[in-house]
Amino acid sequence: MRVEADGLTVQGIITDITLAACDEVVGIVGPNGSGKSTTLRCVYRAMKPDAGAVLIDGVNVHKRQQLARDLAALTQESQVEFDFTVAEVVEMGRLPHERDSARDRRIVGDALATVDLSGLASRSFLSLSGGERQRVLIARAIAQEPRVLVLDEPTNHLDIRHQLDVLALARGLGVTVLTVLHDLNLAASYCDRLYVLDEGRLVASGTPEEVLVPELIAKVFHVTAHVVRHPTTGVPQLLFDQEVTP
Amino acid sequence: MIAKISALVGVLAVSIVAGVALGPVSVPFGVTLDLLWAALTGGTVPADLAGQYHIVWDIRLPRVLLAAVVGAGLSTVGVAIQAMVRNALADPYVLGISSGASVGATAVATLGVLSGLGVYALSVGAFLTGLGATALVYLTARTSRGLTPLRLVLTGTALAYGFSAVAMLLVFQAPRGDAARAAMFWLLGSLGGANWQSLPVATVVTALGIVYLLAKARPLNALAMGDETATTLGVEVNRFRTHLFVVTAGITGVLVAVSGAVGFVGLMLPHLTRMVVGADHRKVLPLAPLAGASFLVWVDVAARMLAAPEELPLGVITAAIGVPCFIFLMRRRAYVFGGR
Repeated sequence: MRVEADGLTVQGIITDITLAACDEVVGIVGPNGSGKSTTLRCVYRAMKPDAGAVLIDGVNVHKRQQLARDLAALTQESQVEFDFTVAEVVEMGRLPHERDSARDRRIVGDALATVDLSGLASRSFLSLSGGERQRVLIARAIAQEPRVLVLDEPTNHLDIRHQLDVLALARGLGVTVLTVLHDLNLAASYCDRLYVLDEGRLVASGTPEEVLVPELIAKVFHVTAHVVRHPTTGVPQLLFDQEVTP
Repeated sequence: MIAKISALVGVLAVSIVAGVALGPVSVPFGVTLDLLWAALTGGTVPADLAGQYHIVWDIRLPRVLLAAVVGAGLSTVGVAIQAMVRNALADPYVLGISSGASVGATAVATLGVLSGLGVYALSVGAFLTGLGATALVYLTARTSRGLTPLRLVLTGTALAYGFSAVAMLLVFQAPRGDAARAAMFWLLGSLGGANWQSLPVATVVTALGIVYLLAKARPLNALAMGDETATTLGVEVNRFRTHLFVVTAGITGVLVAVSGAVGFVGLMLPHLTRMVVGADHRKVLPLAPLAGASFLVWVDVAARMLAAPEELPLGVITAAIGVPCFIFLMRRRAYVFGGR
């Protein structure tokens, strides 16, 4: 399924962001405050852009009926106060779909197994660690059976193994994935293409190979980077110098 | 779930019969059942039981049923409002309706406003100013981006202070002390004025509200997780919150009009229910009204009997029974909604 942002502008935050993703994993990277989350919020409809539009298979998300059947999102929202069980949280992913108790239960069970949390189904969501909660929310997104998955820093709170697992999982779903990532090396390893945002504007796009070059890293992130090859996969990986470039 | 619902329906049935039988003049249970049966089936009542029949059918039963309706309604509204504003301290009155209603009630009691309406003046006055207050809260809290939970709670709380001040001013300016006392008594909640005429509107509004909320249990779950999450799950958050606002304000307004502002029920019954079955609204919403109905029936029994022949305000009893019970349960169980 094809997702396009066409000239997205939110007054004072992002200006004229245009990007596209279709049945691939696309990463959005950039420094804090560069507008990554705002761009995603426009995609999953939590925000209406002042100008521009987000199109899914050519249809504006604000005009699309049943968008939630096609698009799931992992947001940064984290102040849940209600004490749902893990299974109840994951089952919320079935809300956009026709009800079918037996099928829903199976999908919820499968989603929990996918994120390696089958044993916690009846535990209280609020009693979990940050990383476990994050995985439950990812299971909820999976249970939604989306064709577009939007992830706002999905590796937050996760240990390294679960960071790799979550991104491998997102890739393995075979759907369009649009994800904000802070870790450039993870972005290089798991994304087909990257968009780089800086101060609300799109400054580069392309494959990790094309985008993650020292000049751009210095310009956008103000750090000195060296590109090396990953010894087994061959993807570019970055090593950083201690001192900050002006 | 079915077992829990059946058990609570059983408890409610027993509570209603007990509530009819118990009072300053007690009617034996067997006689109560016979008289209720006779009334419902159109049977005949022996002449020597005519007095008790009058007590059971004309005085107690409507009052007990109204207690059940008010308890059910306030508990359900509490559940919905706590999810709507995502706040553990919210109750049906958080949006200013009870303090708004108190302005109308005190105006009726102390200034004789609406006196043309006779015994209905207090209810009508309370209802009108209660809804007026809620409308004001809604319009004040609304922004171009919709209703946000925090703005709703803050606006409701702030305006409630204003309305309460007006009500208090009316009470203290009242030329007659007994009028002020009547107004205060009404504010703390009473079913003393209940009769068969007060039942239909309250019952229908509460029942429709409960049916609506039961149908919206899953979107309420999503809303409890946060506005953005609910949006990504296909809930139109602004529209849904506005609907919830109207439904909860409508139920609360009608209930306040017939029973005054009974405190505690709408705050604590939702929490008590969640302590037992968890946060899932598909479980909480069927059980909370049944629990609340039984609870308020017994509260009203206590209100009639503890200081007979005087009646105590319901709000005093709900606090006296409910607060210790709630603290006991909260300390015993690992209940976390609203902070850990």
